[in-house]
Formats: sequence, C-alpha cells, structure tokens
Amino acid sequence: MPSVLIPTPLRKLTGDLESVSAAGGTIGEVIEHLDKAHPGLKERLCDDAGNVRRFVNIYVNGEDIRFLEDKATAVKENDEISIVPAIAGG
Amino acid sequence: MDKPSPYFSNLKCRECGKLYPKEAIHVCDFDFGPLEAAYDYDAIGEVLTRQAIESRPQSMWRYRELLPIDGEPTVGMQVGFTPLVKADRLARELGVREVYVKNDTVNYPTLSFKDRVVSVALSRARELGFKVVACASTGNLANSVAANAASAGLKSYVLIPADLEQGKVLGSLVYGTNVVAIHGPYDQVNRLCSEIAGKYGWGFVNVNLRPYYAEGSKSMGFEICEQLGWRIPRHTVIPMASGSLLTKIHKAYSEFTKLGLVDAAPFSVHGAQATGCGPISQAMKRGTDIVKPVPKPETIVKSLAIGTPADGYYAIHAMRDTGGFAEDVTDDEVVEGIRLLAECEGIFAETAGGVTTACARKLIETGKIPRDEAVVLCITGHGLKTQEAVMGKCGEPRVIKPSLREFEEQIYAPDNTTAGT
Repeated sequence: MPSVLIPTPLRKLTGDLESVSAAGGTIGEVIEHLDKAHPGLKERLCDDAGNVRRFVNIYVNGEDIRFLEDKATAVKENDEISIVPAIAGG
Repeated sequence: MDKPSPYFSNLKCRECGKLYPKEAIHVCDFDFGPLEAAYDYDAIGEVLTRQAIESRPQSMWRYRELLPIDGEPTVGMQVGFTPLVKADRLARELGVREVYVKNDTVNYPTLSFKDRVVSVALSRARELGFKVVACASTGNLANSVAANAASAGLKSYVLIPADLEQGKVLGSLVYGTNVVAIHGPYDQVNRLCSEIAGKYGWGFVNVNLRPYYAEGSKSMGFEICEQLGWRIPRHTVIPMASGSLLTKIHKAYSEFTKLGLVDAAPFSVHGAQATGCGPISQAMKRGTDIVKPVPKPETIVKSLAIGTPADGYYAIHAMRDTGGFAEDVTDDEVVEGIRLLAECEGIFAETAGGVTTACARKLIETGKIPRDEAVVLCITGHGLKTQEAVMGKCGEPRVIKPSLREFEEQIYAPDNTTAGT
C-alpha cells in the first residue's frame, strides 16, 4: 500500500504517527480509506464539496496533484504521498 | 499589556471565517487558511472622519484605527505619507490621460514600502512581548526589519537568498542585525523560517506575525485615496511577489468605501510581475486561480522572485473582481521601465518599479487600461538598492581634463551640432 506522510497539525488524528499506509488506487480513494482508519481526517483535507482544500497540498512522489489529475490521480504500491499545509509568507 | 483596541477585534480565517484571538498565529488550525485582521467598522466609522485624519501627523499612522495594534504605535512613527507625484511627462510617454506615481522609493527609513508593514509588525511584536524578531526576505524586508529593530532595541535575524544584490545585503548588515544567507531560492528561505518560528518562538514578521504585518500595506492605498482628494483611482498597477500588496490595496479601497471616506466608484487593480518569475500573472492569463509554483525563478527582479506566492489565489480574485489584468515583462523591458521612469519623472526605482512601469505600458498598449483614464503606479523601492540591474545600461560618463578647451571640443559648444543644449 502507498504510504502517506502526515503533517504535525494532523497527527492528533493519526495517534501521533508521522506516516500511515492507506489502500486505494487514486488519491480520492486513499482519502476515503484514511478517514475510515482515522475519523475526521477527510474534513481537514477536503471542503464540503469534497475538493481538496485550497491551503492543503497533496504530493505524489513530490508532484502536486493539482498539476496531475487532482483526486483522480492514480497511486501505486510504493508511491509516497505527502500532505503538506501551504506555507504562508513573503 | 495595552488595553485591547476597540477597533481591531480579532484574527479571522479567510477561508472558513473562524475567529481567533489576537496572538502570534497566522494559520487556521482547522483548514490551514491564512488568518487576517478583522475590525469593528461601526466603531471605526464613529471616529475616523476625513477631518480627523487630516488633523493628524503625515505618516501612515494617521489611519491607525484601521491598523491591527492595540495601543499606540511604538515602531516606525515616521513611516509613510510618501509623495503621490502627478507624472505628466510619463503620461505623455505612455499615451494615457493621467499618471500618478505613488513614490515609496523615499519611504522612511529604508526606502521601500516594506517600512509600512514592518512598523505594524514590530509595534505588534512589542505588544506581544517578543524580544527577537526575524524575517524571510528578498531584500527590502530584511533592510526594514534590520533598521526598525535596531531603533526599537530589538534583536533581529534576517534570512535571505544568498544571491541578493550587494546593496540589499549591505543595507541589512549596517544595522548590526544577524544576516543569514541561504543557498536556495526565496521559497526555501521561507520554509526554513516557518520551521524556526515553530521551534524557537521568535517573532517572524512575515510568518507568525503575518496577519499584522500584511495590514501595513493598506496604508499605501489609504494614502493614494487621500492624496487624490479623497477618491479611488480608476486604475492601480501594483507589483506582485507574494501578491499581498495587491490584495491589501484592494482592501484599503474597499474599507474607505465602506466607511464613506470616499464615494463608491468602479476601480481596477492590475498586477505586475517579471516573466522569469510570474506565477500569478501566468495563472491569470491561463484563466485559472490555481497558481503553478516556479521552482527556479530566473530574473533580475529578485525582490519579486517568489515562486510560491502565498496570496496568489486572493490576488487573482481581487484582479478579476475589479476587472483588472495581470501582465509580466522581460528583464530588458524592466531596465527600459526603470529608465523611462527616471528620465520622465526623476524617480530612480529598483527593479520592481521597472516591472510596474513596463507592465503599465503593456496594459495601456493592449487597451486593458483605456487611454482616456487615470492610472496610479505603485513604485515600491529605491533604485540605489539594485544598481547591478542597470549598471552599464545607462551609458558612461564622458571623461575630460579640467580644460575649457576640451570641454568645448568634446562636450558642449554653441556651434557644436552634436552637443546637447
């Protein structure tokens, strides 16, 4: 299963785990599985319409899913998914 | 601790609207949206009249009810109220009815608009009890934090990309600050600052103090309105790095309208970037509000070289909502813009000013700013800080002996047709 890196502000929901594994063939499915294992995670990542929140970035092997196929982006067995809140500044 | 301001009420998430106390925090803990200062406009409306403002000293603090501190400002009392220059020669050159230059090249004390944001951030930092202040900067902010922290007796650290212009590096070092140069572009400097702010609890003006800092930019918009005789200009061209200045000038015009200090009138805010780092402009031109980061900015306009602009999304919406446009220009056009402003108006701007002037020219030539309307150009920093950009591109001095004969032979004589008059 692909591994998902969890940022510090969301680790309360994952029992302080920095990295969890989640099933799913796409980012959308991974998010659904994550929410089952760690209830409450989805609403932190997605808005009411189910879209990834504006200041949440999700990367698959370092590529921002906004420039791939968003929630339909395919993920494979050994992919590394990271969730990174946007950094304000400048 | 000062008594809480009756006007500045809370911090508020721009995304979900959740309210937060007025602390050194900048991100919503629910959806990671940026926090922004919120005000009680009814209370402000009762005290902030044109007459009240006009009776106060000529600094940005004459609008203090609309700035996010609790007590009296303690840093940067003399900042702001820079000249708004009616630029008739530039208007003729650009082929547009009226041009005004908001000239922050002479802002006090460090010759850029950043003194506005820093005076708010450090006044608030003191209220919150910080002893160490810091920033991530492309240069101007570092200069301003260093200078204003020095005069306020605060210890400071400024973190900059290692390849900045010498004038901007020296312009921080001279104040005795700790200058830390990072190998890598601004966005990596910024990321490191977020990590340091989280770990050491320093007051980073553009990280954990960002909700306060960013509001300082509104004063540029307030001054433009007042100096135009209490009206909003039809067009304003604004340089964009993070996009914050543009969103705050938009907010300033909206607040003045809401308070009845100016009549409601249509206005457009236009954004200017360098083509070598134009993520906001390029998103705007593609018709999207998703800003694609620029991992390796390549431009002489280092002060605008932010590849991941924090306020890009909001800047795009401010432009769209007001019928504004974004434009970007090449390095050669930037140099032409700097020279045009200097030769027409006697104002020597840094590279970002060249961007603004050159983008205004493009917006006028493409009909996006109609030729029979009025434009304000926000010129945000002084050219002496970025001399490398124009070195060797403005000619060389002609060297002669101290001899009248040489002078007349080589430089000027009434019958010498090649000489200037």
